[in-house]
Amino acid sequence: MTTIDTPTETIAAPPGLLRRIIRQRQARIGLAFTGIIVLVAVAGPLLLPWLTGYTSTEFTGRPFQPDGVFGTDNLGRDILSRFLDGGLTLLVFAALATALGMLLGTAAGMLAAYQGGKLDSIIMRGNDVLLALPQLVFALLAITVLGPQGWVVVLVIGITHAPRIARVTRSAASAVITEDFIRASEMYAVPRWKILLKDVLPNITGPLMVELGLRMTYSIAAIASLSFLGLGMQPPTADWGLMINENRIALTLQPWGVILPVLAIAILTVGSNLITDAVARASATVEESK
Amino acid sequence: MLGLILRRLSISAVILLVVSMLVFVATLLLPGDPAQAILGQQATPERLEALREQMNLNDPFAQRYLHWLGGLFVGDFGVSAASGGSVAALLGDRIAASLVLMVAAAAISIPVGILVGTYSALRRGKAGDHAATGISLVLAALPDFVIGIALVTLFSTTVFTVLPSVTMAPPGEQVWDYPSQLILPVLTLVLVVMPYIIRMMRTTMIEVLDSGYVEMARLKGVPERQVIWRHALPHAIAPVAQVVAIQLAWLAGGIVVVEFLFRYPGVGQALVDAVTNRDVQVVQALAMLIAAVYVVVNLFADIVGIVTNPKLRTGGIR
Repeated sequence: MTTIDTPTETIAAPPGLLRRIIRQRQARIGLAFTGIIVLVAVAGPLLLPWLTGYTSTEFTGRPFQPDGVFGTDNLGRDILSRFLDGGLTLLVFAALATALGMLLGTAAGMLAAYQGGKLDSIIMRGNDVLLALPQLVFALLAITVLGPQGWVVVLVIGITHAPRIARVTRSAASAVITEDFIRASEMYAVPRWKILLKDVLPNITGPLMVELGLRMTYSIAAIASLSFLGLGMQPPTADWGLMINENRIALTLQPWGVILPVLAIAILTVGSNLITDAVARASATVEESK
Repeated sequence: MLGLILRRLSISAVILLVVSMLVFVATLLLPGDPAQAILGQQATPERLEALREQMNLNDPFAQRYLHWLGGLFVGDFGVSAASGGSVAALLGDRIAASLVLMVAAAAISIPVGILVGTYSALRRGKAGDHAATGISLVLAALPDFVIGIALVTLFSTTVFTVLPSVTMAPPGEQVWDYPSQLILPVLTLVLVVMPYIIRMMRTTMIEVLDSGYVEMARLKGVPERQVIWRHALPHAIAPVAQVVAIQLAWLAGGIVVVEFLFRYPGVGQALVDAVTNRDVQVVQALAMLIAAVYVVVNLFADIVGIVTNPKLRTGGIR
């Protein structure tokens, strides 16, 4: 029975995966969560002067006063304005870091799996070294040397993601590489990069999508954490992680400056994790039906 | 088996060595002169030269690296550029304080995580399982500082004001003399670490419960309690040990944010201060310390894996 189903299933796999994801309730909740925060982060800076009457760095009054909708922050700036302005950099940096990590990780993982031998062991041993330092400690080391700048944060988070992604890619790709269609491409003397890009990559999208979601969640957390430590985004930039750091001394007096960004980051990461989990389930059922 | 363990051990040693090179190269990239940083702008050239000589800054790079590496083994981590004192003295008490935090978090999260995961697997598809998996999915997504601040708002500032939100041990006294100050940091770490243990435990336990030997035990009439404790649980624990090790290793880095949040006088707080002051000697020492913990914990997990895996046991004889 299943043997007859198999060919139609594999052909229908790409649209089926997306439909399988959307069909899950938790994916829809996750999409809604992430969508709301992305909307706030993207539209916030555009709405800024006319919605609240202030820009995010303008001083509106004395510190920690209940003026305006959510009050003022540690330097007397409008909390709502800073909140609306503070999400976009976090999202963009997280996306860039994730993209960099995915690019490096998939390339290294596929090469290691396809090439095997010496290159494989060099890449995987290099991974082991990078994995011996916790991500945050690696980032702090880089920031000590290069200073707390945006590109340093993006670069270091991307690079520390890469070995983790490479491991997943390698194990997924090594299952594909033994297939006959790869042998066929090799016999037609298709260039190596073309085999990796056109034959291997499309067959490992499932695990890569799960990894993409996971790494995006971790990038958001890592970049927000660095800003929270005062070592990511620098004042007077409006940034959610930095806002938490600046306003947490007055948590009893004026909690909104902390609660708003904390809630936003929480909803965002929970949303993207729900989506990732749904993708993982969907691609697992695709694998099973193969 | 012994051969495998020895091989694994030597790999770890090599990894740590390469990490130490990586960490040391960081000093080279740093602009400025460490001796100048310690003495300040007003220092006379003679004093600068004397300190450089004392810190071996005039030696060739390879010799400085070997000197630094040798110092790590005997507890000599160099001189802090920010305070001028020795790094080892700065870190002494802090290492103990951080260990207290890590050990307490591990001692709570591992057994509780295993129990909740098992419970969740046994009640698969029922309300209790849905609650446990849902909550652990949410907790796994949240960054550690978000969990920490949520706990602070809940228990110390806004909703209930019952627990202290910052650690303030008077100088000379130890953090563990004030157990109430430890509750929130430990709870934060537990909530960060536990979801992964719960999820892994649930997955492996479900696999084990569906296996032939558990069915066999049930069919021959072994009491359910004994099936779970004697037949299922020991087999489900082995893969969880890996996840536990990863989480313990994560704790070595994860305490940084949590200590900063609660102003806990540990290694993590020292690391953040050192990075803010660009105090390279301290950052290097701490990075090596954390990497060492990380590598040793992973090594330990692999050895446990080798010892408990019968397939690898026979593989070692050949």
